[in-house]
Amino acid sequence: METKPRLLTIIDTIAVILMIIATGMVFFYAPTEAVMGNAQKVFYFHVATAWVGMLSFIVAAIAGIAYLRSSDRKWDRLGLASVEIGIAFIFIATVTGSIWAKPIWNTWWTWDPRLTTVTIMELIYLAYMMLRSGIEDPDRRARFGAVYAIIGAISVPLTFFSARLYRTIHPVVIGSGDPSAQGTFDMTPRMLQTFMFSLVTFSVIFVSLLWHRVRLGKLAEKVEQLKLKVMA
Amino acid sequence: MQTVMNLLLQESPPNTDAYMVAGYIVIFGVMLIYLVSLVIRQRSLSKDLELLEDLESGKK
Repeated sequence: METKPRLLTIIDTIAVILMIIATGMVFFYAPTEAVMGNAQKVFYFHVATAWVGMLSFIVAAIAGIAYLRSSDRKWDRLGLASVEIGIAFIFIATVTGSIWAKPIWNTWWTWDPRLTTVTIMELIYLAYMMLRSGIEDPDRRARFGAVYAIIGAISVPLTFFSARLYRTIHPVVIGSGDPSAQGTFDMTPRMLQTFMFSLVTFSVIFVSLLWHRVRLGKLAEKVEQLKLKVMA
Repeated sequence: MQTVMNLLLQESPPNTDAYMVAGYIVIFGVMLIYLVSLVIRQRSLSKDLELLEDLESGKK
């Protein structure tokens, strides 16, 4: 495997430092919300992981477009890496949302528009992984994956705007939302700072993970090619 | 009724610490599992690559 680039080591280090600071801010800097108590603290990383998940799927769609235009395999590697990270982070966001919902909505789950669209989005990308694993020809796999990632990305704005467009109990913290939303709260300056810092932190973590996953994909491709060569 | 009255009259935030702890266990747990999976896959591929390179050089 190629030696780890210095820039990646720097990004990894920054990601770890930011994560430590963000965690510290959540527990020791941000105040406890008056109505929800400490369960509200889940919100900071819940939104940040959802942000990373959606960003991943958008990056995968962009990589898909780039692959279809250039047929360069590096875009396929980027797309796959991005989707894999997106699935993991949307899973975290969904589970933490459910944990938050229990004391606030008095239920672990409800088929609210936001929760429904996010579940559909996750299933769409799980199907993307299944589709890829079912195609052996690398070029065909990359082409199908690219088209699927582009079409699948429609689920991202649908999920994002679902809490703004439809009557929902899911709170919209930024940009206001339905007044009937349960769990909406006004952020104090400290809460807002922690929230923004968490978003930046998870964005850096995303870059770091993406780079690592792309390198892994490159290695996997090398092994696959060598396997074919040895077997021939 | 008593529960409702308690909620209305409460002065301090409700104790929802367990949910916060559960949430952060999930966040750090899943992230850790993903990181470990990356490391395991990388090691396994490196071993495969080494083996295949040996096989290839033996073939020559």
